[in-house]
Amino acid sequence: MRITRVGAVAVAAGAALSLAACGSGFDDGSGDQDSTAPLTVLIGSSGDAETAAVKQAVADWSADSGTDATVTVASDLVQELAQGFSSGEPADVFYLSTDQLANYASNGSLYAYGDDLSNKDDFYPSLVKSFTYDGTFYCAPKDFSTLQLVINTDLWSQAGLTDADIPTTWDELSAVATKLTTGGATGLVMSGEYARVGVFMTQAGGNLMNDDSSEATADSDANLQALQYVKDNLAAGDFAFAADVGAGWGGEAFGKQLGAMTIEGNWITGAMTNDFPDVNYKVVPLPEGPAGAGTLQFTNCWGIAADSPNKEGALDLVQKLTSTDDQLAFSTAFGVMPSIQSAADQWKADNPALVPFLDGADYAHGVPTAKGSADVVTDFNSQLGQLASSDPKAILESTQQNLEALLK
Amino acid sequence: MTAIATPARRRRSGIRRGQNLAGWLFTAPVLVILGLFLLIPVLMAAWVSVSDWTGRGSPFSSNVGFVGGEHYAELLTGGGLAERDFGTALKNNFWYVVLVVPLQTIVSLGLALLVNRRMLRGRGFFRTAFYFPSVTSSVAITVLWLFLFSTTGAVNKLLEAVGIAGPNWFNEPAGIFHLGATTGPAFLTDHTILGVSWWNWLGGPSVAMTGFILLAIFTTSGTFMLLFLAALQNLSGDVEEAAMMDGANAWQRFFRVTLPQLRPTLFTVITLGLIGCWQVFDQIYTGTHGNPAKTTLTPAFLSYQAAFGSNEWGQGAAIAFILFAIIILFTLVQRWVLAERAVSKRRNRWFTSVAARLAAGTAAAGAGGSTAASPGAPPGSPGPDRTEGGR
Repeated sequence: MRITRVGAVAVAAGAALSLAACGSGFDDGSGDQDSTAPLTVLIGSSGDAETAAVKQAVADWSADSGTDATVTVASDLVQELAQGFSSGEPADVFYLSTDQLANYASNGSLYAYGDDLSNKDDFYPSLVKSFTYDGTFYCAPKDFSTLQLVINTDLWSQAGLTDADIPTTWDELSAVATKLTTGGATGLVMSGEYARVGVFMTQAGGNLMNDDSSEATADSDANLQALQYVKDNLAAGDFAFAADVGAGWGGEAFGKQLGAMTIEGNWITGAMTNDFPDVNYKVVPLPEGPAGAGTLQFTNCWGIAADSPNKEGALDLVQKLTSTDDQLAFSTAFGVMPSIQSAADQWKADNPALVPFLDGADYAHGVPTAKGSADVVTDFNSQLGQLASSDPKAILESTQQNLEALLK
Repeated sequence: MTAIATPARRRRSGIRRGQNLAGWLFTAPVLVILGLFLLIPVLMAAWVSVSDWTGRGSPFSSNVGFVGGEHYAELLTGGGLAERDFGTALKNNFWYVVLVVPLQTIVSLGLALLVNRRMLRGRGFFRTAFYFPSVTSSVAITVLWLFLFSTTGAVNKLLEAVGIAGPNWFNEPAGIFHLGATTGPAFLTDHTILGVSWWNWLGGPSVAMTGFILLAIFTTSGTFMLLFLAALQNLSGDVEEAAMMDGANAWQRFFRVTLPQLRPTLFTVITLGLIGCWQVFDQIYTGTHGNPAKTTLTPAFLSYQAAFGSNEWGQGAAIAFILFAIIILFTLVQRWVLAERAVSKRRNRWFTSVAARLAAGTAAAGAGGSTAASPGAPPGSPGPDRTEGGR
């Protein structure tokens, strides 16, 4: 392409002008508030049931408050959120995961409304901790999940096991896993990642970071003990990672009866009902480790954008979405566990088979929430997949280094 | 876009006066579109890569600061997770390029030669069949690949039938050149480049990445076959015939006559291949997200992940620019390798002597050449038809 100098200057000048124009167009701050401005709600939905339930709840609020609100389902929530924030016009209310909290809290994208919630004290304290960044409670947990042990009752009784054999210690878990390991199935099959294997770390009294995510604790003796336990069982063939038996995740391996037990959260019920209706199973508490009971919990919150023109309305909407009634309705619709303690009894009565999941709230620990920790967990996972053939101490030490780098 | 200084021109006058303006007027729409959707985003990304923009609001607002080469330094010499991830991604993609580009070029040229033959029955069918993967959406074909290469998928069933226990393809992070070894000699494991040990650099693509390499060859060979086919049909039959008259056998005709004439197409195919391979993203995004053990992580996917997932916009943009530099570098090297050079005297002498020998024993050469595995028709028989041109 032949362009004259004049032309090049013209293009450059045009570019500079447009850049300047972009610059001014981007950031109309959060100054003007309008309590009637319509709201947009961006969610990452697990399926039609969830979408319909959230749409219904938001529509109810709209009818009551007279403020328009639309629910949009993101196909890639993380990406769409990022685009919203960078364009200066984010969704007003959105699902936000624990590992994204630090990113958006640190750059001022989030409206910290936690302390303004009227039901603030009703949330499980460990969930509040997960959404606290720099001492500020940012957003209301919308629901949560914990991990427990899921066992295939048919394979269980075929192996000659009874309810009395349900494992309560690591040794017992190894013992039943050995008994359940037959030609086709491995005793315990779980996904080879922190979000499953981590339960053993908490049972040994460890975790990747402390509960406030202010200190890296990856290379503790407790974690080493936990990984060594898992490694020994992998070597013995009593445990296996889902990928190694050709399944995408623990639930799939369990449904296909490649494993007689798995460690999964309450979402597994949906997968079992839809994909593997013929498999009989039961949820029991995870065994206790050297330091007692322990599990991991996962949660999302209702984020509100700092740039929202109607933060007051957004807060009011979130207040309703986290109320006992709405949370129980969501629970019925798509199986989540309410994030507030006052809904616990009703939920347990409604879901007797899933009680261990909710009981887990008492001893569950959160995943690291420090800024950048998601990358470290990804790296940890990539090493954990090869646990059977690698040195647990080396894995934990490199993870410790990576976590310490985040806190500098 | 480069502005090329034009030699001093005489002032235009008279009838030509309006032409300059008209020229600009007619090119303006394209210039505006290119500027708006190409130049400005590129400039913005360049700025982001040297700024501390956090992804909120405009990158040009007053509270975004200039941090110089900080993001680049973190990726290239940081010593932390960022450097190691980047090194891993480069290593993965390097092997991907090194294997895919030559293989897809050879396969596509081979396919083009095959379907260019007059003798082949059902040529139309084969041309369509070979081209088909290229027009299928890469997402769809990746999903298909995941099924084919699953633990109990068709590929492993096939291997099983011949007595081979197939690997757990897309879950197997072992490097194919490691041949099952899990640790290497100390002098290889103790030294690192970009946080990745020499041992891992030398390990080649993982089994999972090999799946993607096969996928790339499968899908793109058809596209490039088309380019080669077009070029082959443009070749004049005279040259081929002249070579035949001189007694060149099929092998010689291909390597000394046909292939040199395909040089421009070869350049196009390799350049496009290089660029496409360094930018591999769709397959990773749809298929593995960099798993298992980060062995299918590529710079393009890492850039996306850093920016959108981890909110490290500067780092994401910096990765993109380093990738850009790598692509330019590879293209330049390849241009230099494929450049037409004046034939050196020594080589010229060799050519002359070969020609002399051929001239001396045309009949003998024709008979001797028939043993060569021929990509074209055997010497002596009417060669592949080039006279009809495109059909």
